[in-house]
Amino acid sequence: MKYLDEYRDQRMAARILGEIRRTVTKPWVIMEVCGGQTHSIVKYGLDYLVPEPIELVHGPGCPVCVTPLEMIDRAHAIARRPDVIFCSFGDMLRVPGSRGDLFQCRAEGADIRIVYSPLECLKIARANPGKKVVFFAIGFETTAPANAMAVWQAQTQCIRNFSALVSHVRVPPSITSILQSPANRVQAFLGPGHVCAVMGYREYEPIAARYRVPIAITGFEPVDLLEGTLAAVRQLEQGRYEVENPYARAVTRDGNIEAQKMISRVFQICDRSWRGIGIIPKSGYRLSYEFRDYDAERIFEVESIRTQEPPVCISGQVLKGLKKPNDCPAFGTQCTPQTPLGATMVSAEGACAAYYNYGRHLTPANSMARA
Amino acid sequence: MCLAIPGKITDIQESGGIRMAKVDFGGVIRQACLEYLPEAAVGNYVMVHVGFAISKVDEEEAARTYHYLQELDQLRELQAAETGGGDEIP
Repeated sequence: MKYLDEYRDQRMAARILGEIRRTVTKPWVIMEVCGGQTHSIVKYGLDYLVPEPIELVHGPGCPVCVTPLEMIDRAHAIARRPDVIFCSFGDMLRVPGSRGDLFQCRAEGADIRIVYSPLECLKIARANPGKKVVFFAIGFETTAPANAMAVWQAQTQCIRNFSALVSHVRVPPSITSILQSPANRVQAFLGPGHVCAVMGYREYEPIAARYRVPIAITGFEPVDLLEGTLAAVRQLEQGRYEVENPYARAVTRDGNIEAQKMISRVFQICDRSWRGIGIIPKSGYRLSYEFRDYDAERIFEVESIRTQEPPVCISGQVLKGLKKPNDCPAFGTQCTPQTPLGATMVSAEGACAAYYNYGRHLTPANSMARA
Repeated sequence: MCLAIPGKITDIQESGGIRMAKVDFGGVIRQACLEYLPEAAVGNYVMVHVGFAISKVDEEEAARTYHYLQELDQLRELQAAETGGGDEIP
């Protein structure tokens, strides 16, 4: 496939690795922000291929992982109602709440449907006028315009039996919170390519300047990830800290203005709780007042549901780049993708699940592959 | 979750007041909403996420980056010729 295959080319990857090897002189800790990037890095073993002094740590950018447990419980409470058709992206179905997951709710009779695009929910709502159709609107800024469009179209087309359970998150406050942590180890970021395709990268420029961290806007294929790493390493070695855009084929500085307009029309910025991390100020979107009639939390009165996380899990430290999945005694034993204890194991894009799925619970990780 | 896949627009039509495109992903055709890329035309490559085209693939930028990455290799070969050695390929 054009614009995909050439970025999986082994020779190209080897060239960039050679250049990284020639450039690096000191140990550096670089965090990839996005869960999709984590998945690619572990899948292709890029963290083993980069020269030893570079450590890649995995960031908080998996929206499925960071959706708080209480929001999952609210989803389950709504989905179990007999008058509801509950729609969700497929990845959310196997995320366990306090009592089972959405697959289990479905097995017990709930009408739960997987959608590829949020616009499908509007079709379902029109076809089922006697039912309330609820969409689980999660995601980062990449997904926010699509979800906003569904709400906007529902209002424009007067579709009254549609609502959204919104748990949107935003990247810049999350990386700021990592940088502000006294224990922070991260010295540069591989910026989230598709979040920036929507938002542009202007809002990352003050972060790079204030915290003196290079940010390289990075794509999701192995060649993209190595190119981003090379850009970050060059800046670190030269003592620069700028936002650089090696992913220019998909990202511009201003991003997609039309999509941003729709986000600010439908959503407003709010504080948001992140699973494994806690509340990060201004790190989420919720429906703005004008769209309150489409707010499932309000309609179904589930806002009071509160839940506690299991205390053994170290996912909070993994999400901040302080620990690796195999630092956890429960990793691969008590905690597996089938029986996840916390955020980073619940989705295939979570760091723990990626490590597990690519067999890293089977061997003492680093020593083997680097040898 | 934030994955966006590049595909080529093969057809554009209105559907219920929304601008939609048929997008070809290496032989698999899917619908994508074009509301956020009003300037996109048939033949353009776009990045599609959850059924929405979120950005146009800038073909010039892609070619420029690719060219630059290939030059890395030529530079390396040049250096290897001068020093009599090169980097190992992993």
